[in-house]
Amino acid sequence: MLNGSGTFDAIAARRAFGDMLLDRFPFDAFVSKTITAEPRQGNPPPRLWETPAGLINSIGLPNKGLDGFLASDLPQLAELPVPLVVSVMGFSRDELASLAGAACERDEVAMVELNVSCPNVETGLIMGADPDETARALERVRPVTDRPLIVKLTPNANDPAAVARAAEGAGADAVSLINTLKGTALHPRTRAAWLGAGSGGVSGPAVRAIALEQVRSVAAAVEIPVIGMGGIASGRHAAEFMAAGAAAVAVGTESFRDPAAGARIAAELAGGAAPG
Amino acid sequence: MKAAAPADQRTLAPPERRLARVTGVERLGAYRLLSVLDADGPTDPRPGQFYMLAAEHGWGGGADERPYLPRAFSHARASAAPDGLGLQFLLEDVGPGTHRLSELSPGDGLWLLGPLGIGFRAPAPGARPLLVGGGIGAAPILCLQNELPKARALLGFRGAEHAQAAALFAGDPHIATDDGSVGRRELVTEALARALDSEPRASVYACGPPAMLEAVRALCSGRGVPAQLALESGMACGYGACFGCVVPTREGYVRLCVDGPVLDAAALETALFPGAGH
Repeated sequence: MLNGSGTFDAIAARRAFGDMLLDRFPFDAFVSKTITAEPRQGNPPPRLWETPAGLINSIGLPNKGLDGFLASDLPQLAELPVPLVVSVMGFSRDELASLAGAACERDEVAMVELNVSCPNVETGLIMGADPDETARALERVRPVTDRPLIVKLTPNANDPAAVARAAEGAGADAVSLINTLKGTALHPRTRAAWLGAGSGGVSGPAVRAIALEQVRSVAAAVEIPVIGMGGIASGRHAAEFMAAGAAAVAVGTESFRDPAAGARIAAELAGGAAPG
Repeated sequence: MKAAAPADQRTLAPPERRLARVTGVERLGAYRLLSVLDADGPTDPRPGQFYMLAAEHGWGGGADERPYLPRAFSHARASAAPDGLGLQFLLEDVGPGTHRLSELSPGDGLWLLGPLGIGFRAPAPGARPLLVGGGIGAAPILCLQNELPKARALLGFRGAEHAQAAALFAGDPHIATDDGSVGRRELVTEALARALDSEPRASVYACGPPAMLEAVRALCSGRGVPAQLALESGMACGYGACFGCVVPTREGYVRLCVDGPVLDAAALETALFPGAGH
């Protein structure tokens, strides 16, 4: 049981919960927020909108940048009782490779997840939306490290299974999906875009059926492990994703409702929660 | 780590939500005062901290499948009870979350996560605390009055229906209403301006709608009076996970759930944020 990247800030959670968080840590591995080369303050508020059974967010990847992350966040994340996966995003293939390489120079980092849901400034294409783009990115990143590389697939691709095959062919060790689906919300009175950034990503139970189908089609297309996520809120949901071919599952939005959701869902799954 | 607040302003929460029991619901005009027994949580939440609330049943399964996320509420009162901590929350039915919470009856289950965030800091030695509450923002101000019983409270409401919440306050709070149906027809910040005229050592504590907080901030800033504002912003998680509740400060965005909800007025250029008060 993992957390979806960007859905749990273990450093902030430790401020709220103290060392009780370490004693009762809800995940078997921790995935960091996505790190970029330069610091980002994130999108202007408002950043959230509650949808029917879900949430639209437009957070905008606020982070301290690679140097800030390595100096300030990584030592704190290394105190967690589970392996650490660092999520990175680059706006060019070289940048992605250099971020992955820098993260993997640190012993505290067990694996790297490549967030490819951003435009490649060299081509203008979303890296993860196109099999070729994905393969080219992996070809650049793969030589910089022997550590396992996870590719976080975007559901906003025409054919996520083809992207997954391309990632596998270029040396990815696993794929994870789904990231959020593009969505928006309008101000209830003015009908202008509610979110500060205009649009955002939809998550939560509202996207679960879509996620389940994408996990099924991707798992059928590749041999490497698939980490499934998207609206999982119970052991039964987790069992469905496993039945659809996921080797592991992650929890995201459900953690917003209960920080212990990951542990609860894992316990329900271990207790024999059956799909359907 | 940000703004090292003294540890006593942040009582730590257990890292999971827990089921509490509704023990009473009191109608107060436009509001309900929800009494809850929290048998398993910390017994010393700080005024200005908050809890994430969700009904045990019918949360996510209602009309339009909302509410889905828990809702943030600062407690209005916290008091020792035989089997735990008695908490009271002031609420008004204004949306799908508060509507569902308004339907709760004694015996119903309520999910609680908290206490969360950083509460009000004690006034500096010699300072004279002035409490300013507007509408539902009276809740954490009421809680603070319990710790600062000598502090004067200035309360602002739309009209008589809302002003019934003033009955919760000890002493003789000043009441301002928009329509003059109760108390004085004025903005509570007009009363604050008069109070500041006569109290040079004032230290202001305020919670209320964005326009009121901005007026408090501007007044106090102009007079060099320290002020602490309990702010509100749409929140998904309450513990720093979602990064959704940021507000702009002079030092950039801060998450109200872990760096607030109480901020020094001096940290803000304005208390009017995009999306605030929705």
